[in-house]
Amino acid sequence: MDTNELNVPGYEIPPEVQGQVAITTLDRIYNWGRRASVWPMMFGLACCAIEMICTAASRFDLARFGMEIMRPSPRQSDLMIVSGTVTKKMVPIIVRLYNQMPEPKYVLAMGACASGGGPFKEGYNVVSGIDKFIPVDVYVPGCPPTPQALLNGLMKIQEKITGEHWRNSRWYQKGRDLAEIPIPILGPDLIDPRKVEEYHRRLAESEA
Amino acid sequence: MTAPAPVETLDLAARFPGWVTPDSRPGYSGWIVEKDKLLDFARALRDDLGYDYLSSVTGVDYLPEGKMEVVYHAYKTTGGPGVNFKVQVERRDPVEVPSLVSIYPGAEFQEREAWDLLGIKFTGHPDLRRILMWEDFAGHPLRKDWREAYFEEEFKPFKSRWPEGKFQMAEDKARLGDNLSFPAGFDPRKKTDFDPEKALYEALRQYQKTESGLETEHLLVNIGPHHPSTHGVFRVAVVLDGETIVNLKPVMGYLHRNHEKIGERNTFLMNMPYTDRLDYLTSMSNNFGYALAVEKLMGITPPERAEYIRVMMAELTRIANHVWAIGFLLNDLGAYFTPMLYAQEERELILDIFEAVSGSRMMCNYFRFGGVARDLPDGVLEKVRDLAFDRLPRKVDELENLLADNEIIRARGIGQGVLTAEDAIRYSTSGPLLRASGIPYDVRRAEPYSIYDRLEFDVACRPNGDIYDRMMIRFDEIRQSLRIIQQTVKQIPAGPIMAVKPAYQVRVPPGEAYGRVEGPKGELGFYIVSTGKSSPWRYHVRAPSFINLTAFGPMCVGQKIADLVAILGSIDIVLGECDR
Ligand code: SF4
Repeated sequence: MDTNELNVPGYEIPPEVQGQVAITTLDRIYNWGRRASVWPMMFGLACCAIEMICTAASRFDLARFGMEIMRPSPRQSDLMIVSGTVTKKMVPIIVRLYNQMPEPKYVLAMGACASGGGPFKEGYNVVSGIDKFIPVDVYVPGCPPTPQALLNGLMKIQEKITGEHWRNSRWYQKGRDLAEIPIPILGPDLIDPRKVEEYHRRLAESEA
Repeated sequence: MTAPAPVETLDLAARFPGWVTPDSRPGYSGWIVEKDKLLDFARALRDDLGYDYLSSVTGVDYLPEGKMEVVYHAYKTTGGPGVNFKVQVERRDPVEVPSLVSIYPGAEFQEREAWDLLGIKFTGHPDLRRILMWEDFAGHPLRKDWREAYFEEEFKPFKSRWPEGKFQMAEDKARLGDNLSFPAGFDPRKKTDFDPEKALYEALRQYQKTESGLETEHLLVNIGPHHPSTHGVFRVAVVLDGETIVNLKPVMGYLHRNHEKIGERNTFLMNMPYTDRLDYLTSMSNNFGYALAVEKLMGITPPERAEYIRVMMAELTRIANHVWAIGFLLNDLGAYFTPMLYAQEERELILDIFEAVSGSRMMCNYFRFGGVARDLPDGVLEKVRDLAFDRLPRKVDELENLLADNEIIRARGIGQGVLTAEDAIRYSTSGPLLRASGIPYDVRRAEPYSIYDRLEFDVACRPNGDIYDRMMIRFDEIRQSLRIIQQTVKQIPAGPIMAVKPAYQVRVPPGEAYGRVEGPKGELGFYIVSTGKSSPWRYHVRAPSFINLTAFGPMCVGQKIADLVAILGSIDIVLGECDR
């Protein structure tokens, strides 16, 4: 982005400093900076992760979008690319990783599995989409999505960032619920602590 | 090059009267062994008859007959056909069968898997815990009377989808509105302390005592499942004395996506795309193994041209896999991503070929029973020729020149993580891991399938069994694969690509079959039992990544913790196949 894009319309920039000075809003420059330096978490679950690695490598080159710095630590990442099948055994760990990421954070569900269970949906150890547990910003369809599709999804994340306003973004709110997502429990089957009442009701109904 | 041993007629029933009877069910082969004679039989099989390599252990639930069966496949590492023997027990919960770990240590993980998924208790097993599911999980899901929460019908295609096509979300039909099922009487509101780690830590605790008498404290470190060098969602729990590894247990199942259960509801053909997702780096060779197993049952062979295409694709897959494995091993050794970029450049060119023939870069779904899905499109053969004769030989030399004499690679690779030849066989390892330990065992030569008996190539083999040899053997194998591809490009005939008319539903006669191929990671086997219906009754995958990990612990003990990462990288696992 050059200074022309950064400029807010309606302000006259004197011709002698054009290209060097920009008059802009806090939102614009803040989002511009964030958008151009999204750090995805280095985190692969299944087949889709291979295409994610290909996207990061030289042919598709994620660096063009300022995203080539993948961080294994959730504490240094802004974006979680859920790249693959979410299993019941793995989901407590994914939720914990999500909780450990600092705000602002985004989630991209890559592929059919992460979006809704995919080809393995009927499996007894498979969660029908990561959005049952953590909020998802962008879904990328495909099995696996091609690197081009993933790039498109990442650009959608950038678009989303561009449109945000610091005044109503989630992480600057007082009183809004920013509490951690409770970690699912591995009992006789996967127990979501937020849903125990619902389970109980449904079990009672189906037995009645 | 090992020539296949001459086929001897094996009459085990005459040799072990009263212990062994031939399996006479139609379509079946092999031997049924008396349960209490199993250990003696296996010992004689290994020591007297030379079947030193236990390839696969799995269970089958014959619900209508009220029986459970454990099926073993053993081979000789000198080559030749194998022997398949079974133990039958009355179906109960749980059933008990003696463990073979004392004779074939390679059975350790496979028996744990059969316990986990089928509820077969192996008496005498040193560490019988669940392996893919977590400890508190209710039930043994591969039993035929166990139903998942989203259960619709026993066999596909489900009536709701075909022919009427009235689809309803699985969530709306399930009792709990989700993919969940709780055992009767379970109250989810009650606070219970489930601890999935308890059994694991208890299994490790027995190693916590120090032998030296010094009161040093052992440290337990968990690596993974989220860790950049575990190649996916693999986890190891390591007990350390200082920096030295005293013991470790791999923890798996974080990518267990129920391949076999789904596969037993799918029709035979529907499983083909699922095999792509086993080892997702090598979909073509997974297709190969599955197609071979089903073709064995159906009694068909593909036409000549299809065989050539199959071999060409399988060998391209091997190259793509091996460059990737080398790149990742270098990542683990600290050469972060630069060698990987070299490797990926070549892999992308191979993926272009896959995309041209099958329509997909990774999930090719290209093989059919009796042939391949499509003929080679125009121009592909030229591309393969360019790669095999010109570009790849050059690039592989270049990559090897950059790596082979690197001081760090030599320092961290030579003499580290050694797996001796005896151990490699005992732990049932296969593929480059076995051959880098000095055993020239390659299914393509030991029990040739497809057209491999007509092609010229050498079985790559290296003597030392260390990390360095395991890296270098992959270069050797790439060169051999290039030789094979060059021959196929030259010799490929014109002609049809399917032996039968393509069909969505294939007729598979009742019986059992074990098809195995030399995949890039090792011996990939498919054990299939058909009852003549549209879906397999039993569908088991002998996954090389999974079984190679049996040797991982013994290789690491005594090494430093930093070497663990390199050893894991040199085994080259893919979790999709390991956990299935
Ligand atoms: S969407 Fe397809 S490619 Fe991606 S993880 Fe699932 S099965 Fe694998």
